[in-house]
Amino acid sequence: MPEHTFRLNGEQVTVEVAEDVRLLWVLRDILGVTGPKYGCGINVCKACTSHLNGRAVNPCSIPVGALRPTDEVTTIEGLADTVDTDLHPMQQAWLDHDVAQCGYCQPGQIMAAVAVVRRASEEGRAITDADLDGIRNICRCGTYFRIREAIRTGAAQMRKM
Amino acid sequence: MDTPTGPPRPDPGRRRFLGYVLAAPTLMTAAELLPARPAAADAPTAGTTPADLSAELGSAGGPSDGIPSADITELADLNDVLTLAALPTSGLITVQVNEDGTVSFALPRVEVGQGITTSTAMLIAEEMDVPLDRVRVTLADARPELLFNQLTGASNTTLSTYTPIRVAAAVARGRLLEAAATELRAAVTDLSLKAGVITGPTGRTVEIGKLAEKAASAQTRAVTADLKEPGRFTVIGTPRGRIDARDAVTGRKKFTMDLAVPDAAPTMVCRAPTLNGTVRSVANADEVRAMPGVTDVAVVSTGVAVRARTFGQCIDAVRALRVSWKPGTAEGKSDATVLKELRAAELPMGLPPLTPSVDATFTFHFRGNSALETNCAIADVRNDRAEIWSSLKAPIVAREMIAARLKLPLGAVTVHVTEGGGSFGRKLFFDAALEAAEISQKIGKPVKLMWHRADDTRQGRVHPMATSRVRIAHLGPTVLGYTQRHTSVATDLGHGFGELLTAMAAKLPVADLTFSETFFQLSQSMPYNVGVYSRLLNETDKSFNTGSMRNVYSPDVTCARELLIDQLAAKTGQDAYRFRLDRLKDARSKAVLEKVAEAGQWGRPMPDGTAQGIALHSEYHATSAVLVEIDCRPETVDRPIRDGVAGPRVTKAVCSVDVGLAVNPRGLEAQMMGCLMDGIAQTLTSSLHLRDGYFLEASWDNYFYTRQWNTPPELEIIVMPPTTDKPGGAGELGVAASMAAVACAYGRATGSMPTSFPINHATLSFTPKPTVPPVPASPADGLDHAI
Repeated sequence: MPEHTFRLNGEQVTVEVAEDVRLLWVLRDILGVTGPKYGCGINVCKACTSHLNGRAVNPCSIPVGALRPTDEVTTIEGLADTVDTDLHPMQQAWLDHDVAQCGYCQPGQIMAAVAVVRRASEEGRAITDADLDGIRNICRCGTYFRIREAIRTGAAQMRKM
Repeated sequence: MDTPTGPPRPDPGRRRFLGYVLAAPTLMTAAELLPARPAAADAPTAGTTPADLSAELGSAGGPSDGIPSADITELADLNDVLTLAALPTSGLITVQVNEDGTVSFALPRVEVGQGITTSTAMLIAEEMDVPLDRVRVTLADARPELLFNQLTGASNTTLSTYTPIRVAAAVARGRLLEAAATELRAAVTDLSLKAGVITGPTGRTVEIGKLAEKAASAQTRAVTADLKEPGRFTVIGTPRGRIDARDAVTGRKKFTMDLAVPDAAPTMVCRAPTLNGTVRSVANADEVRAMPGVTDVAVVSTGVAVRARTFGQCIDAVRALRVSWKPGTAEGKSDATVLKELRAAELPMGLPPLTPSVDATFTFHFRGNSALETNCAIADVRNDRAEIWSSLKAPIVAREMIAARLKLPLGAVTVHVTEGGGSFGRKLFFDAALEAAEISQKIGKPVKLMWHRADDTRQGRVHPMATSRVRIAHLGPTVLGYTQRHTSVATDLGHGFGELLTAMAAKLPVADLTFSETFFQLSQSMPYNVGVYSRLLNETDKSFNTGSMRNVYSPDVTCARELLIDQLAAKTGQDAYRFRLDRLKDARSKAVLEKVAEAGQWGRPMPDGTAQGIALHSEYHATSAVLVEIDCRPETVDRPIRDGVAGPRVTKAVCSVDVGLAVNPRGLEAQMMGCLMDGIAQTLTSSLHLRDGYFLEASWDNYFYTRQWNTPPELEIIVMPPTTDKPGGAGELGVAASMAAVACAYGRATGSMPTSFPINHATLSFTPKPTVPPVPASPADGLDHAI
């Protein structure tokens, strides 16, 4: 069986599995990294949103064979390690606004939020209502309004980093 | 208050109840899980009888116009039935003090996002004077001795557990103080307990963890406990963040599919192209069994199960199976045929009124109650025993059904209740737990069963399609009579409410009604004075997998009522808000309505194509009002959204809520926000389309639940100050008023009252996915969509 190697939350990992198995299942079923959730398996609900080299992607739609050994996958479990504080400012903003209800979608929401703020920042602008409207992650508990508030708070804190 | 015997002398700020100290090596205290009986004759009554409630509601009413109408829910609503049902059969709930100073409690309910682990921890922190972060709340396994008292439903948790949990905590507090008195050589009355530390008169302190063993009892005995008076609360009624928030934002929170149960390999089921179809034959089982990662292929009652190393390989195997199917339960049926059945089943409205009237019929299409976590369960079934893990709101019923299906003695089946990724009615049922048990038994291995999203949407439970006809007779602005005939595809309530209401039937004034009619009558209320009042339910067609969806009947029934009230107000030249206010029966409902009208600036001038809507709903000893503003202008409705529905935008919402006593106002706000998002979806965008015996929707980009682009950019939730000393239900409360307010606003903005919901149902806004294979292929282009 083919071996695949990539970086996961700061460490090099190697798995033996068919190359077309999607990264989500490699993370969850083989490596036991369960922060990224299954909600649809077809890149619609975004519950599995994680980062690949700092950009938000959906592991349910990436064959593990497409990863290079140097590719850095960051899941919610590794997000805090990308900053010097206990929690990433976006995670802290989530606590400050008490966003989560059932919590199932929230790892994906936070990873998407960080990427959206980074994108705006790279474009030299603040987060807009259009940015927030454009986030496709589903929350069936309906936490959308607190997500919007938390992203604005988290974005302000990220600017200070 | 005098104390007959026993320590300690009661604190005048506390109320006295009966609890227990259990025989255990560390301090363990308990109370009966039912409204605890007062220990002294002069103590206030904790239980509410229908007669008490009637008096309570009667006295709450203020002056109002119109003709009063009697309402069964004023005598007993569903929550009273749930609470009373517990009386003769209840077991104990226990609070344990640990040596590290933490306090443990196993809640016989399930947390699915509604915040009950947090509110429960708050009750314990309050009564024990320990910091909130020292309280550990877990979920209890199925406990058959609790009978009806392990059902998480009807927004009943806080109402039914509020006093018992506090009694158990108060007993623990009392024991700790007694132990500290010995330790510090002081009188109990000279001690103070604060933040988990007891301080004696000389300033010496001892932490409660150090007393956990000393305060323990060698034998179980009954003791009295005093509860704090609400005036002295420092935790209950204060806004608190969720106790599991940190776990949620770091990915540590564990749901069923995150548990590592040895050998429980990923398992999925290949399902029929039509609703509830079953397997005739499988052409290529051996070929699929040889696919990479696949360990097992087996025909079961719901389809063909495949077990593999990863869920990705399960998806591939499901897609590769060639199955011949027998027909399902809804062959050939579509929205139009079901609507025809509903119209034929509508009960007569009675004689036409001799006075003027308004009259309309509303249609509510099928809606899915899929949570973001799909149906799932882990099962490890052996020859002589079975162990199940699943998020279950009715675990006792689930355990019984699983034991029966497996032909195992009840005692051989263990059911662990896990935290759920949302419920919305779905987790009242245990479809996945039953299926996982069957599969594990059939293949002789542990399984981690998960439904694909496409299955969860197409074959999972739905809120039944319904019609509601309303007629209001009036003479000028005086309402003389209100008639509502709700006609619905049968709602499956077979998860425990059935047994409960059957057992209670003799005690209710509805003994001659059918079960669903009883449930309907108990869950509905008429907050307005409308003169002669008649409401009836009729059900038809049991071919669908149905259930409640964040409430059963209320959102549809209320939406119909509030729309017709708007129409009557307009017809008689009255302001829609004043019209409601003048006819509301009770002061609490008037207050919430006045609050949203004021905070939302009811009546402010708005541009053409935009409008406000206002609505009210009462249930669960609670009441809520919602005011929204909607933008129905073409540039908004037609704004471009990829693979989604834009439609009218609710631009602002103000919700007010009175649950009596809000244990955690911040959690209550969150529940109301969620309810609002559901109400918006049900009025504007979300439904299932039935065609040729199956539902077309198979994805979140087909089933249009509220998304960020539908979310109101302005939102205010107002939690009313406490109006009673008891908490009412909240988890579902806000959906009905939200749905109705959005519908009323839409009608006002467009100049035409909507009569079919959601308003976009007639337009199919997506291309349906194939039904064979039943699940879509996993995309491989994820790298192209990086943000």
